[in-house]
Amino acid sequence: MPPPISPVVLLFTAIFTSNVLLSNFLGMCSFISVSNNLKSSHGLGLAVVLVMTITSILNWTIDHLILQPMGLDYLNLIVFIIVIAATVQILEMVIERISPALYMGLGIFLPLITVNCAILGIVLFINIRSYGPLQALLFGIGSGIGWWLAIVSLAAIRIKVDKAPVPAGLKGPGITLIIIGLMAMAFMGFSGMVSVQ
Amino acid sequence: MIVSILTAALVVAGISSALALVISLIDLVVNNYGEVRIDINDGKKNLTVKGGAPLLGTLGENGIFIPSSCGGRATCGVCKVKVLSDVGPHLPTELPFMSQKEIADNIRLSCQIKLKADIRISIPDELFAIERYRARVEKITPVTYDTEHITLALLEPSHMTYQAGQFAQLAIPPYEDVKGETIRAYSFASPPSSADKVEFIIRYVPGGLATTYVHRHLTEGQELAVIGPMGEFGLHEGHADMICIAGGSGLAPIRSILIDMHEKGIAKNSIWFFFGAVAGRDLYAVDEFHALEKAWPIFHFVPALSAPAESDKWEGETGLITQVTEKYMKEKMDAAVPKEAYLCGSPGMIDASIKVLRAGGVPDDRIYYDKFS
Repeated sequence: MPPPISPVVLLFTAIFTSNVLLSNFLGMCSFISVSNNLKSSHGLGLAVVLVMTITSILNWTIDHLILQPMGLDYLNLIVFIIVIAATVQILEMVIERISPALYMGLGIFLPLITVNCAILGIVLFINIRSYGPLQALLFGIGSGIGWWLAIVSLAAIRIKVDKAPVPAGLKGPGITLIIIGLMAMAFMGFSGMVSVQ
Repeated sequence: MIVSILTAALVVAGISSALALVISLIDLVVNNYGEVRIDINDGKKNLTVKGGAPLLGTLGENGIFIPSSCGGRATCGVCKVKVLSDVGPHLPTELPFMSQKEIADNIRLSCQIKLKADIRISIPDELFAIERYRARVEKITPVTYDTEHITLALLEPSHMTYQAGQFAQLAIPPYEDVKGETIRAYSFASPPSSADKVEFIIRYVPGGLATTYVHRHLTEGQELAVIGPMGEFGLHEGHADMICIAGGSGLAPIRSILIDMHEKGIAKNSIWFFFGAVAGRDLYAVDEFHALEKAWPIFHFVPALSAPAESDKWEGETGLITQVTEKYMKEKMDAAVPKEAYLCGSPGMIDASIKVLRAGGVPDDRIYYDKFS
């Protein structure tokens, strides 16, 4: 049975109170490495929104129409990963054809999403929490937007910090991790206000 | 038990193949660009070709050869063409080779543009003169332990009109693990008067696809395709002291230019050729240039070794070629006479030479060079 939460509430929950990056710390590698450039962060964020939306609903469908009726739940990890990889591959080909400009903007980040743990994480959350189809879709969209929001804000903060007199030993990854910690605490404030799982 | 194992395997295989099928179907639809028209120089030449491949290679297959020294790997930046229609923004692979003005003019690297739709391009008219020549390897002469002097007799067409200092591409046929043709550029070592026989000086580069073929597999008598002539390196007119600096196989274009000048009786105030090598075993063509020095009073040949071996019994100049050049400019040349310089060799040698020449008062716009990269 799906939990009795309105899909719209789930959408906002995923963006703010249980942000996949800042409360679950998934997808940290690209979060830290790409956030040194605002433009690439924006591109990667958009790609994550797209892939997360498609894979969350696609994996929900395969899970509920094929795996669960056949009692093959234990295969879901393998199947989810295959579906994510195939989705990214298809998206890459389609985007290259219909919008070369967007393809150029996303660049190498699009194929890298295949191994972004936030994508698999969201698909697994949907599975573990037994969300319904509409809940899965909006949770996927929300988590994508949440990831985009987190990386773009971090990139924006890093632009400011780059100009600040940071102590030499903290420059680069050091200060970035501290900023992420502060951001995570700020987002924790949201989850203190409303608690939704 | 067996049944559930089989179903599990079948389901995973089924889902994977369904996705693979979808990917192949989408690939068929999405990556099929059909026939594409290329309009060159406002209708001077129209080509109808199969889309999907890079512009450089497609043009080459249709007899239009855009100069390129790396053969389509986006490392030389030579294959620039002006694209008049919209083919999207510049790729990150193109940007390092483009100035602001070139970006504004939509100058593109033809090896990086995939033909997806009809395209209009503009190329210099002389590129239509570039042809693919069938040639026979007439002579292979090892000049040092790692450098060969190669003479090719042109078969079809039988003559090539080129300028001293230009280069041509050798089309290396597939060999061993190398699939497909490998295209690499080499400067002519022969003067333009030798229109039916072209010469190249090729130094072995460990791991290099083309040089490995030339040094290990190429035999006298076999056929090899040459595409040319290309490039803008060459002699400039005007009264001056002409300083030529070359290292290794960079001697080739300088040899072509000097022999051409001597044959045509083109004079400069004085001509200095500084040829740098590490030790005696890297030095070649010394006798030839000393002979030219005797026959041509304004010409001076200065070979120099940076680290001569004991066995060389070297009595000539020692030191980096830039140091030797600097010394000669101070001691032997008249500062009142304008200077011009022609450089050919590795990027490191050229950059170091430019510094020395600048300090010696040679204006930047009179320093001409051909970087081997």
